[in-house]
Amino acid sequence: MNVDAGSSQLEVEDLRVRFTTPTLDLTAVDGVSFRIEAGEVFGLVGESGCGKTVTCRALIRLFGGSPPSAIEGTVRFAGRDLATLDERAWSALRGSEISMIFQDPMTSLNPTMRVGTQIAEGLQRHRGLTARDARAAAIEMLAAVGVSAPERRHLDYPHAFSGGMRQRVLIAIALACRPRLLIADEPTTALDVTVQDQILKLILKLRNDIGMSVLLVTHDIGVIAQTCDRVAVMYAGKIVESGATAQVVSRPAHPYTRALLAALPAHTRRGDPLRPIDGEPPNLAAPPTGCRFHPRCAFAIAACREVEPPPIEVEAGHRSACLRAGELG
Amino acid sequence: MNALVSASHGVPAAPPLLSAHGLGRRFEIAGGASALLARRPRRFLQALRDVSLELAPGETLGIVGESGCGKSTLARCLSGLDRPDEGSIRWQGQPMAAGSTPLQRARRVQMVFQDPYASLNPRMSLAQTLDEVLQVHALAATRGERADRVDELLMTVGLAPRLRDHLPHALSGGQRQRISIARALAVGPQVLIADEPVSALDASIQAQIINLLEELRERLKIAFVFISHDLNVVRHISDRIAVMYLGQVVESATTEALFEHPQHPYTRALLAAIPQTDPSRRSLVPALVGELPDPTAPPAGCSFSSRCPWVVGACRAHEPALLEQAPGHAVRCSNAAARSAGALDPGAAGALDPIAASQGEGRVSAP
Repeated sequence: MNVDAGSSQLEVEDLRVRFTTPTLDLTAVDGVSFRIEAGEVFGLVGESGCGKTVTCRALIRLFGGSPPSAIEGTVRFAGRDLATLDERAWSALRGSEISMIFQDPMTSLNPTMRVGTQIAEGLQRHRGLTARDARAAAIEMLAAVGVSAPERRHLDYPHAFSGGMRQRVLIAIALACRPRLLIADEPTTALDVTVQDQILKLILKLRNDIGMSVLLVTHDIGVIAQTCDRVAVMYAGKIVESGATAQVVSRPAHPYTRALLAALPAHTRRGDPLRPIDGEPPNLAAPPTGCRFHPRCAFAIAACREVEPPPIEVEAGHRSACLRAGELG
Repeated sequence: MNALVSASHGVPAAPPLLSAHGLGRRFEIAGGASALLARRPRRFLQALRDVSLELAPGETLGIVGESGCGKSTLARCLSGLDRPDEGSIRWQGQPMAAGSTPLQRARRVQMVFQDPYASLNPRMSLAQTLDEVLQVHALAATRGERADRVDELLMTVGLAPRLRDHLPHALSGGQRQRISIARALAVGPQVLIADEPVSALDASIQAQIINLLEELRERLKIAFVFISHDLNVVRHISDRIAVMYLGQVVESATTEALFEHPQHPYTRALLAAIPQTDPSRRSLVPALVGELPDPTAPPAGCSFSSRCPWVVGACRAHEPALLEQAPGHAVRCSNAAARSAGALDPGAAGALDPIAASQGEGRVSAP
């Protein structure tokens, strides 16, 4: 697979993911489009239930026990339309060209396998390494992600590692085959702040070293600001704002992004009350008409209830799906 | 003599509302049958080591630290849910247990937990949950009085009384945490200990709960012990902050002093690790390297010596005491004075830096 000159590493167009059960019919991801360039760290930020995780899982078609009833839209990876892949081709792609790390390092490892074996597995399968070479490479990967005494520790089972160290092991597994795209879904949410800091800086360092693209999903705008080149903000299954990290964080052009930033304690003087967002996120089975944020929005006008706002470019590369984006300034 | 984590400096004020003196708490690590058969020595985890602190009426004391530092054990000891092995807990200067029944003690100090779903009975409605507390503590004479009080409590925490017959699963995370707070308030406590009360909530909802706690503090004059790993939240809500590492308080100061002039190397690392929302302030260097040491075998001398960039030989030989460096600002570091005078550079003494060492070689090679 060659990357065509000028084409993005990952292009997502109008992605829709629908879940249907006898009692429920909801569209968790509703028309999401974004692209990630080679070597770029792209952030997807939003609160619980906004569709971040479903977006990730739809990209690599991994849903575990509850698959959606329909996935629509186009996903192109290195110029290739992923909808055309059969299960065999998917298995060759996952873990090799595209890797994913999940939120919970406690449940993502196989507790009955030595960690070295879990890292070596992919190398033997995807890269055809001998068991001996794969083991040597696994030890090297453990060292690269900052596990001390890797010659000894690759023989340990997951229970012998702390949470931060398990997340490092997962990163080592994900990166062993040198993927072109790493999808990291809340990779540091379960970790302490100093460990989070170590892991994020490790991901950035590895991006610089091997030039992979990263899709980083998080609810924490601080993590986005410290790690991502560009960012998209999701609300109720849609992208409401996107742009370079500095644009979105410093000059938010959507009322939801503004409210999310304003709610942070770091953005309020001590002694002043915090500014929460009124109300609760909408029920995706019956989302509000028009703009989905309008019931909670301080800037809402009558038209917001009727019209679904299209993304408007407020400055180069910075888009906001708000009818009043031009007036917010 | 270690300095107390205390607000009342040089002022012969009334005794603090709640105080802890040299608390120690250890847990035996179960070795399993094989350890028993092999007659291996018993192993202990020292969750709290010589923790002393004071809480004045109406004050908010923040406690920060990472997983395993002993914050939750401290909360449980202060609230009477657990008993320290060493040291004592006092109420208005008197031993906590002296001349009081367990129910009386429960009416002084109440707790709010992190996961409101796990700490509420899923088969009891909101009204039943609150009513039970009022019955146990005999806080209302008749059923009608209790019903009135339940509605009042619901309104106090910003819930509509029409929700009284709902079960916890029908509520959102924020509403469940409001119920946990209402249950704690039902007995009219003077101290509320909140252990990670907003950690499971989204940012917009987190702000609602923090505002509610601050409003209750103003209105009901309750003193708070607010435990969290989120330094931005603790900074916002606390008057004073104690930083814990491996079961010890390593630094305590007023919120301003701690954030403006952090003294202990661990505090500095913790503050540097907070992800800032300003993208122009980025760095590729981790704030702290290495792993938390095995808590069953903490390093000799200073417990932070295995990860401290300023470590010198003496740090591994002697355990530093928690000493006042400035009025109200206590630090457990042998080099605090020298370092703040600029006499020590980080890494001058050969910092242990396993991650930088292995990463420095850039060893992600193509297989």
